[in-house]
Amino acid sequence: MATTAAPAGGARSGAGPEWGGFEENIQGGGSAVIDMENMDDTSGSSFEDMGELHQRLREEEVDADAAAAEEEDGEFLGMKGFKGQLSRQVADQMWQAGKRQASRAFSLYANIDILRPYFDVEPAQVRSRLLESMIPIKMVNFPQKIAGELYGPLMLVFTLVAILLHGMKTSDTIIREGTLMGTAIGTCFGYWLGVSSFIYFLAYLCNAQITMLQMLALLGYGLFGHCIVLFVTYNIHLHALFYLFWLLVGGLSTLRMVAVLVSRTVGPTQRLLLCGTLAALHMLFLLYLHFAYHKVVEGILDTLEGPNIPPMQRVPRDVPAALPAARLSTTMLNATAKAVAVTPQSH
Amino acid sequence: MAKAAESSGDPGTASPRPLFAGLSDISISQDIPVEGEITIPMRSHIREFDSSTLNESVQNTIMRDLKAVGKKFMHVLYPRKSNTLLRDWDLWGPLILCVTLALMLQRSSIDSEKDGGPQFAEVFVIVWFGAVTITLNSKLLGGNISFFQSLCVLGYCILPLTVAMLVCRLVLLAEPGPINFMVRFFVVIVMFAWSIVASTAFLADSQPPNRKALAIYPVFLFYFVISWMILTFTPQ
Repeated sequence: MATTAAPAGGARSGAGPEWGGFEENIQGGGSAVIDMENMDDTSGSSFEDMGELHQRLREEEVDADAAAAEEEDGEFLGMKGFKGQLSRQVADQMWQAGKRQASRAFSLYANIDILRPYFDVEPAQVRSRLLESMIPIKMVNFPQKIAGELYGPLMLVFTLVAILLHGMKTSDTIIREGTLMGTAIGTCFGYWLGVSSFIYFLAYLCNAQITMLQMLALLGYGLFGHCIVLFVTYNIHLHALFYLFWLLVGGLSTLRMVAVLVSRTVGPTQRLLLCGTLAALHMLFLLYLHFAYHKVVEGILDTLEGPNIPPMQRVPRDVPAALPAARLSTTMLNATAKAVAVTPQSH
Repeated sequence: MAKAAESSGDPGTASPRPLFAGLSDISISQDIPVEGEITIPMRSHIREFDSSTLNESVQNTIMRDLKAVGKKFMHVLYPRKSNTLLRDWDLWGPLILCVTLALMLQRSSIDSEKDGGPQFAEVFVIVWFGAVTITLNSKLLGGNISFFQSLCVLGYCILPLTVAMLVCRLVLLAEPGPINFMVRFFVVIVMFAWSIVASTAFLADSQPPNRKALAIYPVFLFYFVISWMILTFTPQ
């Protein structure tokens, strides 16, 4: 018991016995969030000591139990009473040991201090990293530095979720908020975590020098371009504008990520595989976000209210393509006049 | 009970030591497990009277809790820099507000294939998990606020948005149109700003001074999502 206690305690607090952990948790202002450690284990106590203590505590109880069992069991009493007492003690000790292990493991994993170094940023740093994520660097001869922080990427994913939700806002229509919200959160987090893991796996295959944390940070900051593009194009519904932004802004952030990865990979085949995959996934995700959610919104509008007039898309279609200019105005006038139920004066 | 066995040997070194350092010298007997407590910045003296409230009537308990919740509502509506929400935190107010908001956001839909059930759960999950995420973020950034205090503040600051929801429902009883939408938009924007100001007034002091913006930004996103849910709500 003591041998298994020491590594777990050492992994957490760096010192041997549990007293050290107890002090740290009480004194510091920035220690573990969830203080659910069960403090009923004394420090340095060995298995035998615990057994002794429990035996002492349970002596009266065991005597009472044995006396009660005596009256019930009859002639099987002698051996069974003794064995029952021993087995109960052993079971109790194992339960206490197991509970201690479980609470120590839980406090180890529920200790969010593990994540603390990744959130150690200043606002100026976050701002500069956001701007740098749009600037591809040309030097690919030596590995570029990637900041391993999680605050910026996490906030960018949440911002992307908020922008997606904002993009689906229309007035006077029923929007299935529940499904869309779950989908938005699932899409954004799934992309960030899933594609990071996949590219990390590919990087492992291609022998690239990048860690999982750095990959998460890189892809997270790459979502800044996505946020900008979607924020602009959800408010101005021009497809041409979207394609322009997709190429420019999306392309810039993809180029930056690709440049960083190229600088950390050796060999043309590996570089091509890794960077091609990342570029394809990143650009296609932006396309998907724009068109998939547009379609959902338009689909709901069409089914619920009849064909609406989406901005700047239906008007050219109402006008026949090959029409002399003189009759153009009358055709348009007819269309408008029909809407207000007024007969036109001239044909 | 706990007995201070060995710590009485050195009384002179008591002052420069941190607050609970002496506890490590107290030996704790086996049959009383000492469990972790939630640390709060200011010790409240209400704990001494806890055992005596067990025998009072239910009406007394409910009225006292309701008065505490009402007092905190007033503090949210007129936000000043004060410690009331932090010192005597409770989660009744956030629960009442969250349930009210979720009930009002349920769509009374007759012709849609989705019933109002999932809406309630969605709002609940978003409010509580959003609050938990913001709390974890502010703690990781180095804030010295406890977990439940932060939950308490964030939950109470949903009050202006709940008021906005009530107003929106009343406005929606009138005929729909762009004016209707503009009125609702204006109300929701004002209440959104009020929520953020209120939560900033309570939470900003607990952060390191140069990282306040980093801690307030997720609060902004959180109330934005709730405002979006309120603004796009239309009963059919």
